[in-house]
Amino acid sequence: MSIEYLGLSEINGPLVVLEGLRGAAYDEIVEFRIEDGTRRIGRIIECYEDRAVIQVFEGTDGMSLRNTRTVLTGHPMEIALSEDILGRTFDGIGRPIDGLGPIAAKMRVDVNGMPLNPCRREYPRNYINTGISAIDTLTTLIRGQKLPIFSGNGLPHNELAAQLVLQSNLGGDSNEKFGVIFAAMGVKYDVAEYFRRTFEESGVSDHVTMFLNLANDPVVERIITPRVALTAAEYLAYEKHMHILVIMTDMTSYCEALREVSSSKGEIPSRKGYPGYLYSDLAAMYERAGIVAGQEGSVTQIPILTMPNDDITHPIPDLTGYITEGQIVLDRNLNGQGIYPPISVLPSLSRLMKDGIGAKYTREDHQAVANQLFSSYARVTDARSLASVIGEDELSDIDKKYLKFGEAFEREFVGQGHYEDRQVCDSLDIGWKLLGILPKSELDRVDSAILDKYYREMK
Amino acid sequence: MAEKTGVIYGINGPVIYLKNAVGFKMAEMVYVGEDRLVGEVISLANDITTIQVYEETGGIKPGEIVYGTGDAMSITLGPGILNNIFDGIERPLEAIAKASGKYIARGVAVDSLDSEKLWDVTMKVREGDVIRGGAVIAECPETPSIVHRSMMSPLIAEATVRKVMPDGRYTVNDPIVTVELPDHTTRELTLAQKWPIRVPRPAAKRLPASHPLVTGQRVLDTVFPIARGGTAAIPGGFGTGKTMTQHSIAKFSDANVIIYIGCGERGNEMTEVLEDFSKLEDPKTGNKLMARTTLIANTSNMPVAAREASIYTGVTLAEYYRDMGYDVAIMADSTSRWAEALRELSGRMEEMPAEEGFPAYLASRLAAFYERAGEMTTLSGAVGSVSIIGAVSPQGGDFSEPVTMNTKRFVRCFWGLDKALAYARHYPAINWMESYSEYGMDFSAWYKTNVDPKFNEYRTRIVALLNAEDKLMETVKLIGSDVLPDDQKLTLEIARVIRLGFLQQNAFHSEDQNVPLIKQFRMMETILYLYDTARRLVAEGHPMSVLRQDNIFEKVIAIKYDVPNSRLDLFDEYKKKIDEFYQNVLERNA
Repeated sequence: MSIEYLGLSEINGPLVVLEGLRGAAYDEIVEFRIEDGTRRIGRIIECYEDRAVIQVFEGTDGMSLRNTRTVLTGHPMEIALSEDILGRTFDGIGRPIDGLGPIAAKMRVDVNGMPLNPCRREYPRNYINTGISAIDTLTTLIRGQKLPIFSGNGLPHNELAAQLVLQSNLGGDSNEKFGVIFAAMGVKYDVAEYFRRTFEESGVSDHVTMFLNLANDPVVERIITPRVALTAAEYLAYEKHMHILVIMTDMTSYCEALREVSSSKGEIPSRKGYPGYLYSDLAAMYERAGIVAGQEGSVTQIPILTMPNDDITHPIPDLTGYITEGQIVLDRNLNGQGIYPPISVLPSLSRLMKDGIGAKYTREDHQAVANQLFSSYARVTDARSLASVIGEDELSDIDKKYLKFGEAFEREFVGQGHYEDRQVCDSLDIGWKLLGILPKSELDRVDSAILDKYYREMK
Repeated sequence: MAEKTGVIYGINGPVIYLKNAVGFKMAEMVYVGEDRLVGEVISLANDITTIQVYEETGGIKPGEIVYGTGDAMSITLGPGILNNIFDGIERPLEAIAKASGKYIARGVAVDSLDSEKLWDVTMKVREGDVIRGGAVIAECPETPSIVHRSMMSPLIAEATVRKVMPDGRYTVNDPIVTVELPDHTTRELTLAQKWPIRVPRPAAKRLPASHPLVTGQRVLDTVFPIARGGTAAIPGGFGTGKTMTQHSIAKFSDANVIIYIGCGERGNEMTEVLEDFSKLEDPKTGNKLMARTTLIANTSNMPVAAREASIYTGVTLAEYYRDMGYDVAIMADSTSRWAEALRELSGRMEEMPAEEGFPAYLASRLAAFYERAGEMTTLSGAVGSVSIIGAVSPQGGDFSEPVTMNTKRFVRCFWGLDKALAYARHYPAINWMESYSEYGMDFSAWYKTNVDPKFNEYRTRIVALLNAEDKLMETVKLIGSDVLPDDQKLTLEIARVIRLGFLQQNAFHSEDQNVPLIKQFRMMETILYLYDTARRLVAEGHPMSVLRQDNIFEKVIAIKYDVPNSRLDLFDEYKKKIDEFYQNVLERNA
């Protein structure tokens, strides 16, 4: 049945053109058999009656116009799935690389996924206690949310992500089933190794599935890696009813791979050479987080991206921020002062937080404390810039108090240990303690009843 | 069968090509391939016909058949639109879910409107009547809030009623009225009609902007008001609160019907609107908010071509309810995603790009969309309006990018959201220095009869104080506020009261989330009374440090929480308190 097409008509970067093809479908996967006995996989990205443009996942090195035979597989990019993928390690397109043999597939699923119907979604409201004050109090993580970490090179985003995984009650005493999917796109071997070791040391590696496309692996594969990982996550969450946390790092490498392929296709670029469909493309992945109404199971995403040049207006963080439900921004200055985790509080945000906190979930004063901390800390920034002009001594008393508050807030509230697991109520109490540095009249975001109940001025 | 067909030659993402001219019309709706995916003809040439497909094209093969429908891309208008959620081409998502489960599968054929539901219809025409296009032929209660008025399509100029069914229960497809056209052919009319989405529905006369769409949001109603039938843009970087602002307007504005278009945005957000609006009560009627709302959800992971169509679907639905004599408000979140869909399709067709890869026709498409807003006398003689409030998501929060710039040219309200305000959690984060409304003065007469003759005067004073603060802040940033003279310190203090007590509004506080205009007016009045009183004290030589001791500024800031919307008599107490404050200061320093 399967016809082999001998030879190619054109090779250009990761793309090849094949003429005289019959019966090919758009988005279909093809297999290349090269003379030296190796096999590669490609995807049809443009399809005409007599001609197809195919993207080769492993790259075209070593392929020539003569030495390649092409076979149509008749299906789109698929991955074999069963519960056995937990505890296993795969390459960027879902082939096992841990030497434990292939997966006995219960089902094969198209990695592109399908959009969840908004009226079958459930609005996420269940908060996840991460044990990190700045996150629990100010940018609460909700089950089913997509909350990226905006970081920069050299900042401890990996440590933060690992701490998030370990402290999010993973494998804890609750009866719910948890799992972690880890997708590495173009990261260094050391980074992947760091995660693997952390998972192993803390005894959760049975619940972790890793998809690794390392920095020296083929660029085109990188475009498939997050899709494969999310397909696995959706399978475990919606078919096997587990609560899945997906860590994707580094989204910047993913976008760069997309740009590389786009430019070799000769597409019209938009900003900074990225393709015009970067938003849609990223959305197709981020939107795969969520909860299906009336079902156990959820997909929570924590994508990590390194902002080129620490620039938050760069297209990658910018478009990501428009799709995701908030962001956690890391700051080089705080990191320089030795504060861990160096979370820059003001630009960080969790959009789902408003519905997942309060008396029903955490504590009645949660929203008020968060608003007040944000607003007071914003005043600290003003006071600091004034101090840098006229000197600290010349500041008014109230501005001096703000400086003191700012300092304490960064050290005691934002800063905490790598293994320190704080309960959310403790974090709120620390917040109140620090707000005590400021006089009561400055606390304009809290209504009087709560203020009277919790506020104690610090002498 | 007369149906025209073509054969697929090539596929590139959502764009497919047919070889040879196959007789399709421009903008004709077609069905593509074995799955019969919905598509639209977007360009015709002698040798190539180009079609955009509203669903995922993976798996389609060259050689599959494309079927023409002969009609332009149209949607069905009739009872059942409200209290519903549709995709970008008016397919009800609930029905899709019934057919294909939790995911949206391709090629699901579902009716736009429930064809089995029976409506309680009252006929509005009699046999022998001569009616014109747009005339109301029947009425039925669509939801507890809205009476649906079915009309004869405006495409029929004039007709004579030949047969009318008795009042009773009918489905949207049952013929209820038979009319005879001037050429003696007859037509059967139903509760529903079709309309092409890219063609504005006709109206008798456009009316000038004369009264505001009251949103219950102070910074909008008082400082930057929008007219019924007006247009507004809300640009802002991510996290500045575009969606929250739109949700507030959708909940509390005094429009009769809300069309909420989620264009390329988050799925969870649409779910939130659906859940919330099914529970929350409409402040005007007491019915559930969904009873006056339609959601169009084309989330960011749904096909890009349908995202392009969703904006037109939304505005067509809005015009239809306008023609019944209702005030309709459209929330389009976000028009940038729609512009990006245009860019993506334009790129696939290898058109020559203009700025940042956007097609050169971006401006004219935006203009055509916003011009469909307006207050109109309808063909049946009623008055209705369509107001458009479009969110814009500028890349990098930079307002000089093409979508924001071009939108600015065609809207009359600009509500610019500000990152710095959002970081300080000042919501709504509308930057009062950058935003504007061209409508304010148009409403003077309306304010005079409906609120208070002094409304515009107070508004001008409030804005002037904010401007004065902005200038002073430049000095303060350099030398601190301690060295300023007392009258300037007072200006800063009052501006702070305005910012915290008036502009800032708490969307989660039951008294503060929706504020009637009269309370907004009384708040301005109280703030300005405090300002005038304090200014007299400063002029008499009392320093600001003394004025601050009485906490009166804090009390005025807290008015928004402490004075319930139903207890406006409490404002007199505040006037007394301010007078006491004046006496106190005098006595203390006597």
